[in-house]
Amino acid sequence: MIVGMICGYLLKEKKKILQISEKMTTAIIFILLFMLGIGVGLNKKVISSIDTIGWQATAITLGSILGSVIFAFITFKLFFASKNEK
Amino acid sequence: MKSSLIILMFFAIGLVLGLSRFVPSFFIENDLTMYILYALMFFVGIGIGSDTKAFKVIKETKIKIILVPICVIVGSLLGAGAVSFLFSEMNPREAMAVGAGFGYYSLSSIFITKISGEFLGTVALLSNIMRELITLVATPILVKYFGSLAGIASGGATSMDSTLPIITEYTGKEWGIISIFSGIVLTIIVPFLVPFILS
Repeated sequence: MIVGMICGYLLKEKKKILQISEKMTTAIIFILLFMLGIGVGLNKKVISSIDTIGWQATAITLGSILGSVIFAFITFKLFFASKNEK
Repeated sequence: MKSSLIILMFFAIGLVLGLSRFVPSFFIENDLTMYILYALMFFVGIGIGSDTKAFKVIKETKIKIILVPICVIVGSLLGAGAVSFLFSEMNPREAMAVGAGFGYYSLSSIFITKISGEFLGTVALLSNIMRELITLVATPILVKYFGSLAGIASGGATSMDSTLPIITEYTGKEWGIISIFSGIVLTIIVPFLVPFILS
C-alpha cells in the first residue's frame, strides 16, 4: 500500500493512469465482495446465524454513529460554535 | 448509494452461487483472495498518494479541523465497544474493528473477512452499508439536535463522497471542506486501523 502511495504521488499529474487505477480498484472490490458472497454462501455457520449477524451489525452501526455524533457535538460546542453565531 | 447497491448485488450473486454449491472447485481449493487483496492495496495506495487535497485543506483552514475525524474515530470505537457488552457472543475488540470501518464497507469488510473470517466480515459489510444509509436518512435530524458537525460525524468515511450532498444541504456549503477532509482522513486510516485493532 505504501508502494502504491508513493507511485500515486509521483504519478499525480498523469490523469490517464490514475483513471485506470481507479477503475481497477472498483473492479477488484467487486471481485472480492463477490468472492466474500460465495464464501458466506458455502459457510453453513454464517447462513444459520444470519439473524444474529443482522442484529449485531445494526447495534454496532447505531453505537458508532451515536458515539461519533456525541463527540462531534462536544467538539462543535467547544471549538466551532462561534462560527455559527455570525 | 448506487455503488452500495452494486456492491450488495455482487455479494448477493456470490451468496446464491455459494448456497447452490454451483462453484468450481478451483475456486474453493485455491485461495486467491490474498493476492487480489495485495493488488487492491496497491491501487488504493495510488489513489491516496495522488490525492493531495487533504494537505491543502489543512493549510487553508485552521488546525482544529483535525479534531473532526478524531472525534469520529474515538466516538465510533467507544460506541461500538459499548454496544458489544449488550451481546454475550460479541467481543469488544471485534465490534470496534467493525466500527472502525467508518462506513467504508468495501475495504473494511474485505480486511475483516481475511483476518477474522466470514462471520465478522458479513457483520462489517452490513454494518458499514447501514452507516451510509442511516446517514443519508438521519442527517437532517442529527444536525438539528447535535449541531453542524453531526452529519459529518455520522457519515464517517463516506462524508467525502456519497453522503456529502446531504451534509452540505443541511449544514451549509461552508462545512463542505471539513466534511471532505474528515472523509479523506478516515478513508486513509481504515486499512491501517482495522488490522491494528484485530492484531
